[in-house]
Amino acid sequence: MMAEIKDARGLACPEPVLMVKNEIDKIGGGTIKVLVNTVAAKENISRLAGNQKWSVSIAEEGDGWLITLTK
Amino acid sequence: MNNKALIIITGAIVGVLAVLLVKLGNPQNMGVCIACFLRDISGALGLHQVNTVQYIRPEILGLVIGAFATAVVTRDFRVWGGSSTFTRFILGFFVMFGMLVFLGCPLRMILRMSAGDLNALVGLLGLVAGVALGAVFLRKGFTLGQAVIQNKSNGYMFPAIILVLLILLLTAPAFIFFSQQGPGSMHAPLAVSLGAGIVAGVLAQRTRLCLIGGIRDLILFKELYMLYGFIAIFVVALVGNLVVGNFNLGLAGQPIAHNDGVWNFLGMVLAGFGSVLLGGCPLRQLISASEGNTDSAVTIAGLLAGAAFAHNFGLAASAKGVPVPGQVAVVIGLIVVGAIAFWNVYFNLKTRKTSRREVTYDGGNKGCEGPGLS
Repeated sequence: MMAEIKDARGLACPEPVLMVKNEIDKIGGGTIKVLVNTVAAKENISRLAGNQKWSVSIAEEGDGWLITLTK
Repeated sequence: MNNKALIIITGAIVGVLAVLLVKLGNPQNMGVCIACFLRDISGALGLHQVNTVQYIRPEILGLVIGAFATAVVTRDFRVWGGSSTFTRFILGFFVMFGMLVFLGCPLRMILRMSAGDLNALVGLLGLVAGVALGAVFLRKGFTLGQAVIQNKSNGYMFPAIILVLLILLLTAPAFIFFSQQGPGSMHAPLAVSLGAGIVAGVLAQRTRLCLIGGIRDLILFKELYMLYGFIAIFVVALVGNLVVGNFNLGLAGQPIAHNDGVWNFLGMVLAGFGSVLLGGCPLRQLISASEGNTDSAVTIAGLLAGAAFAHNFGLAASAKGVPVPGQVAVVIGLIVVGAIAFWNVYFNLKTRKTSRREVTYDGGNKGCEGPGLS
């Protein structure tokens, strides 16, 4: 089964982070995958996830990054 | 170096530069003010005719040159746009009204506070209220939509215009207006202003320094990162002002400021509300435009147009206070920004019922049909 991936590409601050924050608040734990294509979004999401004790892994994907958060 | 240390160092350097620029000739408490300096540039280009606020401010040119060069070197230069571009112009236009009624952008607000101007504290309360108001709409799903990759030529236009402004500044042709009196005539030596701008531009690009973002992240995410930079600006500029004897605590008689609390507050509510919907303060818009974001470039155009309009129609405040038309303009601005936020959320909720944002991974090609990113 293909994982469901949030697409935050092309969105300006703070929308990508807000998208992830809403998902974190909704599921509490598990896996969240999100695609971003700005450095700001990548850093901000990583920082938010780190603060909320989620582990972060980042892989380059096309023009941006696929961020995988797990807890 | 970790990010937190870098943003604190950035804030400290900006604080030192701001005090230094005033010492070397910039208007009081106006070492750097993006709103005021864009207003001066719009005057220099003859877009408004108030002869006390016309000058091509080298700090603005330096910020763009520094940020552009850094973005290119670090491969952060990415050309994209198309996210509610005209709405951004309108928001920029009204944000400038708010800032010119308060007399400063968020950066100058901090600098005014660091010089003891308590009116700026009232402005800060307004700014926080405005950002909080915008955050309500962000939580409800406000979005200006996805930007897409654009042809690279789009991204070079903004820095190119800045280069033209630099040439106009250096050659000072007769058709460019340079104030002979008032704040516009007060400036540090060109090379110092330009150099300070470049240094600040490099650092602001690396750290994405933005006060609006700082307050917003604190409200939305309990995240302090961005605010450290501004706390550093405040502390360092405060010490600097005390050292050079530019600290004067109080409400009355502050330089290039008025003490009408209601309009200081409401002006910054408008500035904060509009800016948070735009995703950043004028400084951040300037840096972002230099990194290839054409939406931010249009926002800067909106700010310039707003400044020209404000001064042509006597809306901007002065040390004497806020003229009645300026008060009306702030109220209209709040209504317009509120309406933009409300209708955006309304139509978003309506469309979201039929299509959801979440997509199944398609290999990363959605919305990227133009030339690839560098």
